[in-house]
Amino acid sequence: MATTPDAFLTVRDLSVRFRTEDGVVRAVDRVGFELERGRTLGIVGESGSGKSVTSLSVLGLHDPRHTEIEGEITLDGQVLTSAPESVLEKLRGNKMAMVFQDSLTALSPYYTVGRQIAEPFRKHTGASRREARQRAVEMLDKVGIPNARLRVDDYPHQFSGGMRQRAMIAMALVCDPELLIADEPTTALDVTVQAQILDLLMDLQQQTGSAIVLITHDLGVVAHTVDELLVMYAGRVVERGTVDEVLRAPRHPYTWGLLGSMPRLESDVDEPLVPIPGSPPSLLSPPPGCPFHPRCAYAAEVPDDRCRTERPELRPGRAAACHLPRDRQQAVFTEQIAPRLS
Amino acid sequence: MSDTVSRGEPLLVAEGLTKHFPVMGGFPFRRRVGAVQAVDKIDLTVRAGESFGLVGESGCGKSTTGRLLTRLLEPTAGRISYRGRDITHARRTELAPIRSEIQMIFQDPYSSLNPRQTVGRIISGPMEINDIRPAGGREARVRELLEIVGLNPEHYNRFPHEFSGGQRQRIGVARALALEPRLVVADEPVSALDVSIQAQVVNLLRSLQRDLGIAFLFIAHDLAVVRHFSQRVAVMYLGKIVETGSRDDIYRSPRHPYTHALLSAVPEGVTASPSPRRERIRLTGDVPSPILPPSGCRFRTRCWKATDLCAAEEPPLAQVDGSSGSHLTACHFPEP
Amino acid sequence: MLRFLARRSLGALVIILLISAITFLLFFALPSQPALMSCGKNCTPDAIAVINKNLGLDQPVPVQYWHYMTGIFMGRDFSVGHCPAPCFGYSFSNQQPVWGTIVDRFPTTLSITLGGAAAFLVVGVGIGMLAAAFRGTWVDKFFSSLSLVGNALQIYFVGVVALAVLVSGLHWMDNPAYYPITRNPGKWFMGMLIPWLVLSIIFIANYSRMTRSQMIEQLGEDHVRTAKAKGLSRRTVFFRYAWRGAMAPIVTIFGIDLGSLFGGAIITEFTFSLHGLGRLAVSSVNETDLPTLMAVMLVGCTAIVVANIVVDAAYALIDPRVRLA
Repeated sequence: MATTPDAFLTVRDLSVRFRTEDGVVRAVDRVGFELERGRTLGIVGESGSGKSVTSLSVLGLHDPRHTEIEGEITLDGQVLTSAPESVLEKLRGNKMAMVFQDSLTALSPYYTVGRQIAEPFRKHTGASRREARQRAVEMLDKVGIPNARLRVDDYPHQFSGGMRQRAMIAMALVCDPELLIADEPTTALDVTVQAQILDLLMDLQQQTGSAIVLITHDLGVVAHTVDELLVMYAGRVVERGTVDEVLRAPRHPYTWGLLGSMPRLESDVDEPLVPIPGSPPSLLSPPPGCPFHPRCAYAAEVPDDRCRTERPELRPGRAAACHLPRDRQQAVFTEQIAPRLS
Repeated sequence: MSDTVSRGEPLLVAEGLTKHFPVMGGFPFRRRVGAVQAVDKIDLTVRAGESFGLVGESGCGKSTTGRLLTRLLEPTAGRISYRGRDITHARRTELAPIRSEIQMIFQDPYSSLNPRQTVGRIISGPMEINDIRPAGGREARVRELLEIVGLNPEHYNRFPHEFSGGQRQRIGVARALALEPRLVVADEPVSALDVSIQAQVVNLLRSLQRDLGIAFLFIAHDLAVVRHFSQRVAVMYLGKIVETGSRDDIYRSPRHPYTHALLSAVPEGVTASPSPRRERIRLTGDVPSPILPPSGCRFRTRCWKATDLCAAEEPPLAQVDGSSGSHLTACHFPEP
Repeated sequence: MLRFLARRSLGALVIILLISAITFLLFFALPSQPALMSCGKNCTPDAIAVINKNLGLDQPVPVQYWHYMTGIFMGRDFSVGHCPAPCFGYSFSNQQPVWGTIVDRFPTTLSITLGGAAAFLVVGVGIGMLAAAFRGTWVDKFFSSLSLVGNALQIYFVGVVALAVLVSGLHWMDNPAYYPITRNPGKWFMGMLIPWLVLSIIFIANYSRMTRSQMIEQLGEDHVRTAKAKGLSRRTVFFRYAWRGAMAPIVTIFGIDLGSLFGGAIITEFTFSLHGLGRLAVSSVNETDLPTLMAVMLVGCTAIVVANIVVDAAYALIDPRVRLA
């Protein structure tokens, strides 16, 4: 993959394996992407697709005792994959920060919200206790918590779900990170609150110009929030492109399946949904060739049994890791898939 | 009660259904200091063979409603009747014949199945409890049910942990079907599942409802899923039904501001052709506490149309000008 | 927090009152003849009646209980003289006010129990954290197997072995004895060292194991991962975030163990020939000395109940979610 000169975050050939009692789980398999400042990358996939594992490796949060990581991750020219823990500690929460899914478990129940926000600020900027507290109030205010001055001394359990998620965003942004990874930031929230949080993230990006990686299982969430989109399946990137390209003219049968499975407010209610048959493969023994082939309706069309024997490559730029010829992909989509989606 | 019921006849009717959970506190002796008004005077009717959808955000009381209707919770006030019979305070023995006609499917396919029982035992459990001996034996019936829900009948002797999340939810469905219920109360049956698997289960439930004529009370937070599954829909907010009507009433011409806001918050549909961006309504703040709900209209604190009238007077759930007769909205200033 | 403590103390008071009523009923309402014992050799029915009257035993049980309880707080007059508050009555066996004996014996038991508990809590939790920090290495394995051994031991075995080795064998230490801490803290410490050591050996196993598993569980929690993602150092994450969560269940178990330490004082004191409440309880049973036994029971119960309140308060300090309850 050609490296663009101004790529801020580069992930190249990342593979992550976990050693477990049952064997080696190949959670991420040769994943690569690039992200520039001020841009947002969406990573979409279902549970077990490797999207969260990928993001945790950027921050170096995997337990090295059970994890093997191959490939290279660079942030602003600095190689993270080989960096010692002390260097990573200085970057985490500072230059790169993360927002997690479930704010009830992801915030410590034992310390006040204010303290949890102030802590990384003190650590990374050397601010005094008082300055850090002031900063925490400021951040809570910025993410839209009313009465921030009073709420700063509350514990997480005294906040509602939406407010906790705002507090978590405040915590991640307290040192003005240049890279923000949001792992399912709205999944645990109600729709009306979900929309507020997505708007907030995008507004803050406008102000700070940071790069965002938005990880979600919900294609609806990425539609108006991200620039580029990766679709992951069984630890691999199966499709890449701008969000419009991937959602309007998807090429990979798995992406078609995802789109067909989604109930929509506009679709014909008399038509059943079109689910993907079967279930995702075990990552202990992923199928050979294309990991999607056992569930793919088009695998049989490809000659020489290639879907079962040969791993489809993901070319640079707009691409899908699929053996179906390009013209055939286009034909299938316009003739069979698109009519169901309108 | 095995006589036939014709489609469309009222099956389960709730009137003024209310559930208040006591809040304890005070000093030195703990006493009741308030109540969580989880469900407050709601009316709803589920008709035979239809799917009735109950939508709302977390804490709106939709799950409590489901548990009240299946008598897993004791209502504080109101009346529940099943096929004309008052079951509001019916005792266990009186409920026994009805229990087999109303079944439940739960959200979490992991915790609602006993991990130490085989699939065969789980599914035949309800038949054993109710002493039902189907022709051909229980095992044959279980195999048949496994087939209906799309599982391999050979997996009769396997344990829940050997199945994936979607398959486990199918086991839950098979268990609910074991007694040939007339009504299934499904509480967030697909929200724990991945999108591609969710679609499989939604399709399964749809075909059960259509082919077997089972009525569903479908409780969910996902408006798109409910739209896909239910012919009639009620929207709940803070323990109240704020709007109810047919699927088209609710999704095409919603009159309550909250319904509008909910619909516009749903992430925009992904379509092959670029669609005009819907006008977005952004609610601010969170749902207020159900312990001290706002006076008058409970939605007024987040509503952009609220006036003094909304604080003073609770709007009744009624037909508003321009709506069809079955489309009811609880709002002083309904949307056009 | 104050409210929480006030509510707990009130509840504790009710419990202590209830216990006192039940024990009183059991001891004094049973058809025993306490007067017979203090009557001596040449006993006549008249003499017994006099003693009964002197001790107030001729009155109905509720009245006796009332006098007993008011006596504790306000003192009480017997025919033999005034018994100042807190009055638990006169001992049947030595005719002395019971309270004096209790004051004499209680510090011994308190020293053994609290000192031992502090020792095993600190060392046990410390070892557990060490094992968790070096999970999977030889440090962890060494302490894990050690705790298996410790877990199987009993006080009357370890105690005797410790005495045999440290005192009789190596002559490193003197026999355990109680010296008031107010007079000579150094002697007090040395005198208590062997009992503390022995109690520690027995309890450390449990605490290190619990701490280890709790720490490992906490280290896998989402909020600990968040703390790491904020760039906090491994040490901060370990000692501030994981440790706090691990402590809550350990404090609960500690409360229960404190209670059983008081209960087990009998065995401990006999093993080390110390004269505390445990021995006093046994001797008062042997001599059917009901007032003393009753007083020991009440003091013991109060100690356990107070310990539990302290533990609850500690729990509420650790976990803010409990404070609202």
